[in-house]
This record gives sequence, structure tokens and C-alpha cells, in this order.
Amino acid sequence: MTEQLIEEDIQLHPNTSGKKSGIIIAFAVILALLGLLWWGLLRAQAGPVEVGMAPDFTLTGFDGRTVTLSDLRGQVVIVNFWASWCPPCREEAVYLEATWRKYDGKGVIFIGVDWADTKKEALAYIKEFDITYLNGPDIGGRAALDYNIKGVPETFYIAKNGELRGVHIGPLQSPILDEKIEELLAEPYP
Amino acid sequence: MLANIGLITLTLAFCFSLYATIASLYGGWHALSSLVESARIASLLVVLLLTIPVLAVVYSLYTFDFSQAYVYDVSSRAMSPFLRVTALWGGQQGSVLFWAWLMSAFVGIVLLRKWDRDRELMPYVIFVAMLTTTFFVGVSLFITNPFTRLWHVEGAAELTQALFQPAANAMPYFPPDGNGLNPLLRHFGMIGHPPTTYLGFTGFVIPFAFAMAALITGQSRRDEWIITTRRYTLFAWIFLSIGLILGGRWAYDVLGWGGFWGWDPIENAMLMPWLTGTAFLHSVMMTEKRGMMKKWNMALITLTYSLSLFGTFITRTGVISSVHAFSKSALGPAFFAFIGLTFLGSLTIVYLRWDTLKSDHSLESIISRETAFVLQNMLFLAITFAVFWGTVFPLISELVTDTKITVGPPYFERVTGPLFFVLVFLMGVAPLLAWRKQAARSLGKAIWIPFAASLGITAIWGTIHRMHPASIFGLWLVTFTLSLILAEFWKGIQARHATRDENVFIALFNLIGRNHRRYGGYIIHLGVVLIAIGIIGDSFFKQETQGTLSAGESLSVGGYQLQFQELRGYPGSDGRDIVEAVASLSQNGKVIDELNPRRDFFIVQEQPVTVPGVYSTPGVDVYVLLLGWDTAGTSATFKIYVNSLINWLWIGGIVMILGTIIATWSNPARREATYVLKPEVLTT
Amino acid sequence: MRNIKLKIILFLIALLASFFAFSVVYAQDGQPGHPTDNDVNRIAKQLYCPVCPNTPLDVCETKACEDWRAQIRDQLAEGWTDQQIIDYFVAQYGERVLAEPQRKGFTSLVWFLPLVAVLLGLGIVYEILKNWRKQKPAPAISAPLPQIPDEILKKIEREIREMD
Repeated sequence: MTEQLIEEDIQLHPNTSGKKSGIIIAFAVILALLGLLWWGLLRAQAGPVEVGMAPDFTLTGFDGRTVTLSDLRGQVVIVNFWASWCPPCREEAVYLEATWRKYDGKGVIFIGVDWADTKKEALAYIKEFDITYLNGPDIGGRAALDYNIKGVPETFYIAKNGELRGVHIGPLQSPILDEKIEELLAEPYP
Repeated sequence: MLANIGLITLTLAFCFSLYATIASLYGGWHALSSLVESARIASLLVVLLLTIPVLAVVYSLYTFDFSQAYVYDVSSRAMSPFLRVTALWGGQQGSVLFWAWLMSAFVGIVLLRKWDRDRELMPYVIFVAMLTTTFFVGVSLFITNPFTRLWHVEGAAELTQALFQPAANAMPYFPPDGNGLNPLLRHFGMIGHPPTTYLGFTGFVIPFAFAMAALITGQSRRDEWIITTRRYTLFAWIFLSIGLILGGRWAYDVLGWGGFWGWDPIENAMLMPWLTGTAFLHSVMMTEKRGMMKKWNMALITLTYSLSLFGTFITRTGVISSVHAFSKSALGPAFFAFIGLTFLGSLTIVYLRWDTLKSDHSLESIISRETAFVLQNMLFLAITFAVFWGTVFPLISELVTDTKITVGPPYFERVTGPLFFVLVFLMGVAPLLAWRKQAARSLGKAIWIPFAASLGITAIWGTIHRMHPASIFGLWLVTFTLSLILAEFWKGIQARHATRDENVFIALFNLIGRNHRRYGGYIIHLGVVLIAIGIIGDSFFKQETQGTLSAGESLSVGGYQLQFQELRGYPGSDGRDIVEAVASLSQNGKVIDELNPRRDFFIVQEQPVTVPGVYSTPGVDVYVLLLGWDTAGTSATFKIYVNSLINWLWIGGIVMILGTIIATWSNPARREATYVLKPEVLTT
Repeated sequence: MRNIKLKIILFLIALLASFFAFSVVYAQDGQPGHPTDNDVNRIAKQLYCPVCPNTPLDVCETKACEDWRAQIRDQLAEGWTDQQIIDYFVAQYGERVLAEPQRKGFTSLVWFLPLVAVLLGLGIVYEILKNWRKQKPAPAISAPLPQIPDEILKKIEREIREMD
């Protein structure tokens, strides 16, 4: 009699603990997936980094010079992402070089980060526009990922204390860069 | 003017849709039939109300009303009338409206049928279906409105897009011409692909709504909802299949890389609901016949529907990077919320009603059709998981390791290949397995001749053409499955010939006519085997070569020679400039065709489109691309693909459609029979 | 009779198995120093464009991809091996240029999990089939009556119809 009752009980509630753990796993997986998608959505819609400390990087230029961003405290740093195959980059190349020559030695450093490019074409580009500030390839696309660039050209403004002060997406036109540099130079340091 | 009417009716549609959702739920829960009836009428009204904005957009497209932002985006004066009308689904705003309209139309058709047997389900079917419709209409109205206009605000450098006048001094802007549809999309494949795909995706909302309704009302012990929705499921499935094939055909014709499937995330997004949808289609057969697999059905239809939403989500929001990205918009968060609601909500309902899904019968033998169905479900799910994992893994990897990676075709082919192999094998063998218990001896008897024959053919072919090992497996598989399917037809024809003295053709016709479902199904399977042949040919026997030729020089590959003759340039229709190469194709020294691969340059969009010159036979496509040329026109660079067996893909697709039409056609003699309830069900 | 059938099948399987002993050899086009388009494509096929999403390097039509293919051509002309070129590409542009995910590190999970899933699936199939056998059969079948009840008659008729 008792066996029958127990059997019926098992019939009515078969393997409930298995069912419970199954549903918990299912819910956990779905929530994890939703979390992932939410993170992905934010990332897809986020633009380049504009605030906070500028992500550090070390760049080896085509001419052999090396520079590490964190060593440049006390100077205004302009970081420009470009590529030889990018037509808008050519639009701003002359302006960038001219502005560099104007502020060279006045506490401003220009760094050109060559993104996803070939050495041959990059050197040809540098020669064509007679660029004298430091340019080097972004090895492994690391800097591009850290700065979350969406394309080229993008120019990042970094203050004397190493903080980001904004980004300009697209080719720079006079006098935007000059004005920004003056603004950053005026900042006190330390 | 018409645009304003369109906007008003769109708003009304949203209100009625929202009403239908709430009224059906409340009325169903409190058994207020008049409220439910009002929800039903509201749902039908939504169809009418949505038709008007759709017509308004089409009209604006047709009549070059470029002050409408959407028309400006996707249309231009150079486009033909046909292209202008189909531009309705050429961009984000239009396609969302189109989707919402299709979905409401499906719901309308279901609501117009007689509901005598499933009256209890109706409130919840309306609730689930209209909840989804309300969402899409809401997105169309509030986020991606197709009626935004272009305004010029005084002093602003760019135009503003807004529904209503953005500032007091803003004037409506009437551009002289539009941007025009992306030239890559102006192809019959890309014109047909969105409507068929949307029909597929939205069609699945019907079985999903019924399944949820059956669960909510506790009626899932009875399985009539499966019989009721069978045609809708088949309809949605075949359109999803056509959408996949058209997408592949478009990629083949237009994208210029000689292939039809790249395992891109958005392609995968469409493949996954097709996989689970196919599994569902088969799984419900088991419930119909044996009252088993009810849990599977619920899981599969929920997965199919969820994966459709997931697919649309990643397509329209760019969460996973892809070549197919739509232009992004504020769609993301809204879609995310809706997907979350659907996933978690349906999971909860299935969980709460899990116990109502007990099987009516038990398994009697391991060798039986029931086992085959379980295996089939697991295989489809395994493939779906593999595809899903490969699609989202780049996102996970970026989250965890902060580097981007690509999961490309090598992964997908290697992981899903063997699984598809087993699946196709199962597809051939399963029809030979009887329900409940299949005697091993009679199975052996039925199989041994096709098995030996396929081994023999593969052995002979393998000796003549030394080829890649995996392709030998593939060859054996298709010959085996093909012979099994043909054997089924042969047995039937033989039987009719022996008993009724009918000749082969009449016997075949009557055979199919007497049992549409079964033989329609066999024909669909035949189509699948043909597609498999095409895929095997493309995966293992493809050859290519590339080279630069001066006039008179030749390139050769795979027994074919291409000789470059000359280059021509001329303006074409739809606002493009064409550079065309004239080349003659020879095989073993004999000229067989003149090909004209060309590059079209669309002036306004500044976009080049490569158009291949193709020599097509059932056995092979010789596919020639013009990659470049020197400015003097004296030399040109060509790429030649020799795509073996590729046309069997398209042929197989047509056979599948034919099979589906036959399978859906109701057998006149059996129409009453399908409504007979199983005796066990009456006593439950 | 059965013996003969078995023998035929075994013979054919053995014949077939003999084909798997060989492997496909790729012909090497072009001489060193003058790489052909096909040489470049052979390598480009294994790589993805570092910039455009999900586009193989041999079919990508952008200027950037042309530059990369030209770079590959130069490297081939200098005598680099296929593997050296691919390694250089990965180092320069990141792991995303590989079409096939690596089998080490975190990325190995992409290969590993489907295997786990298939094994899990087989286990689940086994469990399901086992559970189905244990379940009590439907009442209609267990009626040991000399006369056949109407329900069973209807069932038999239906199944005959279905077998048509």
C-alpha cells in the first residue's frame, strides 16, 4: 500500500529536483546571453573614448624613434589616427603638419598613429606630405582598440596631466586644431 | 498629404493594436467573451490601418517625393518603377513598417478562420500575436518612422530630419533627387530576399502564439493546436527557405567572390531559426501521430521564434559586426527590452506548464521512427548551437580578452559538416523506420541494395577521379540518400503497377495524389539532397585562378581557357557607367561561349558593382570576374572560378518549393480524416 | 544469400577505404621572385581584411586590401614562407585577421564547447530513450480481451490508411 502511494507520488512529482536545476540553468544562460547582448549594444553604440585618462601606449616610429604616452606629462599631446588608404586623412595632412611646425618646441607633441596600414604606403604618404612629427604603426591594432576608434581619421586631444579632453572625428580644418591647442596650453600644470 | 494620412493611420494602428493586446489578455483571463471579440475585431482593423501607411510610402517612393527622408535615402530618379516600389523594404524605416504589416496580416488571416474547436485558445493567441505586432508598430511609429521629412532650419549647415516642424523658422526641404537604393541591392535576389525572409520570420509567430496559448490555458495536453497551425508552419518554413536561397543567389551573382554563403553573423542569424524551425516541423509530426515529443515542440517553437527576434536584433543594431549591417539607429535598447521579455516570458510559461507536456506513449524499441526523431532534434539543436556559439563568440572574446577575433568559415564548416552529414543520412533512413518498432531484418532488406549500390558508385567514381577524402564521404552520402528516396517512389509505383496495372507515369501521379504529405515530404527531401550535391561540389571541387592578360592572351584553369579580346566602356541604365570585357571561353581548345564580365560604377552613390560573366551548365559554372584594367584598355585582370555542381543548389531549391506545395495541398479524401481525434485523447 | 550480401558490402567498403590513403597536393605556381596572383590569393584566402568586417582578404576590393595584397606579393618575392607572412599579418594587425580561430588560449573555447555540446546531446538522447521505455504505456494497449475494442479497430484502420 505504502509502495503504491510512493510510486504514485513519484508519478505525480517525477524528478522535480532535476526539473528545478534545469530551469535555473536555462534562466542563467538566458540572463548571461542578455547581459552579453546589452554589453555588445553599448559597445556598438559607444564612440571613441573622450574622457578620463588617455590609454597609454608605446609607439615605435617609422624612423626608429620611440615614444611612450605616459612619459609626456607636462606637454599637450595630439594623437592622430590615420591610414594611407584613407582619403579624408589626406584632406587634413597639410593642416596637421603646418600646425605641428607652428607649435614645435612650445610644449606640444604630435603623434601620428598609422592604423592597419602597410609600411610601403605609409612611408610614401609621409614623404608626400613631408610630415616631420613622429608616426608609427599601431602594432596589433592595440591602440585603436584602446581608444575605441570607429574609423580614420580621428584626433584625440590630451591635456598636460594626461587626461583626454575630447576627440575630433573626421578631417580637421583650420582653425579648430589651433584653437584647441591654445586652450590646452593655457591649462595650468601641475 | 498622403504621408500625413499614413502617419495618422499608423498611429491609429498602434492604438488599436495596443488595445487588442490588453483586451484579449484581460478578456481571456476573466472569460469576458465580448471583450475578446472586440480584441479580435481590433486586430483585423489593424491590418487595414497598416495597409494605408504601406501604400503611402510606396506612393511617395513611386512619385519621387524626396522631401520624405526615407524616400530620399532609398530612391532616386534614375531607378525604374519596379525598383522604386520594392525600395519599400530597401531601408530600415520601410522594412520595419513592412514587417509589422506582414505580421498583422498573418494574424488577420488566422483570426478570420473558424474558431469552433480552439475557442479557449483565441484570447491568448491574440494576446501573444498582437503583443509582438504592437511592438513592431510601436518601433515603426516612435523610433524608425518612415514619414520623417527633411527640414532646413535657418542657419544650420545640415538638414534636419523630423516628423513635425522642428523650429519656428524651419522650412520643408525638397531635394531634386534622392540618394538611390544601394546599387548592390538592385538584384532580383535582394528584391525577393527581404519579403520572403520576413514572411518566414513573421509566419512563425502563429504557431508560437498557439503554443503559448495552449500552455497558458493548460490545453497543451490536447494537440489540436499543432494540426491547426500546421499549414502556417509549413508556409513560414518554405518562405524562410526561399529567403535563404535567394540571399545565397544574390551573394553569388552580385558580391563577386564566386560563393553564396560566408557564415557571416547575419547569414547565421537567418539560418538558426530555419534549423530549429525544420526540427519543429518534423517534431510536431511525432506529436500528431504518437502524442510524444510535446516538450520538444514547445522548446523548438520557442527557440525558433526567439532566434528570429534575435536575428533581427543583431541585424538591425550592429551588436555583432557584419558586412550586412543596416544603418544603426535607436532601435537597440527597445529591441533588447522586447527580446528579453520574450525569452524570459516564454521560458517562464513553458516551465510553469512543463508537467502538462507528458507523452501519451512510451518508446517500444530503439530501432523505430521515434528514435530517429529524437536523434533528428538533437542534431538540429547541436548544429544550431554550433552556429550560435560561433556567431556570438567574437563578442564574448572581446568582452573577456579585449581583443577582436574572427570566427570564420573554417570553424563553421568543420564543426557543422559532420553533423549535417549524419543529419542527411538520417533523412534518408528515417522514412524506412516504422513507428513503434522496426524489425532490423526488414530494415536491412530495404537498405542493402541502395547501400551497396552507393558504395559501388562511389568506389568507381573515386577510382576515376582522385579527390579529397571528405568529398568521397559526401559522394557516398548523396548517392545513398538519393537511392533511398527514389526506392520509396519505386516501391510505391511497383505496388500500384502490380495491383492496378497502371503504367509508371500514371502510377507516380496517383501515388503522390493519394498521399500529398508523405510524397511531398519525399520530394522536399529530394530537394535537400540536390542542395547537398551543390554544397559538396562547392566545398571540395572549386578551382580558381587569377591573372592579368593583354589582348589575345589566355588564362586557363580546370580544362577551360579564357581569352581576353577587348575592353568596352559605355553608360548604362539606372545611372551607371559600365566597363565591359569581351572574352571567349574555350574548353579543351574548342570555343564554347563569349563572356562579358563587367564593372558597373554607380555615379551618384560612387559605388562599383562587379557583374560576373558566367557560363552555366548543370555540371559546372565557369564564373569570370573583371577585377581591373589599365587605363589604356590594353590589358585586364581576370579572376576565374570553376564552380562544380553549383547549379544543383538552385535546382534543389525549386524542387523543395515544389515538394512543399504538394505537401501543403490537402488530400480531398483525407480532409475529414485529419480532424478525427485520437481515442486516447477523448478519455484523457 | 545474406552472406553474399555482406561480402559484397565489405568488399566495397574496403575498396573505398583505400582512397583515403592519399592526400591532396597543391601545385606551386610561379617561380620564386615572381609570385603570381594565385600565390598571393593562396595566402590572402586564409586571412580576413583587418578593417572591413568579415571580408576575406582575397575578395575585398578596397584600396587598403589592395595594399595588403601588394605587401604579400612583395614578401613572397623576398622569399618569405606562407607561415611567416601569416604570422607577420597577425602580429601587425591583430588576431582578427585569422579566418580560423586559434586553438590555444581563450579562443580554444570556440572549438571545445561544441564538442562538449555534442557529447552532452548524446547523453541526453540516451536518457530520453531510457525514460520513455520506463514510462507506463497507454491504457488502451494493455487490454487483454478476446474481442478487439472499437478504439483499437479505429487505430488499426488509421494506421492502414497511413501506410498507403
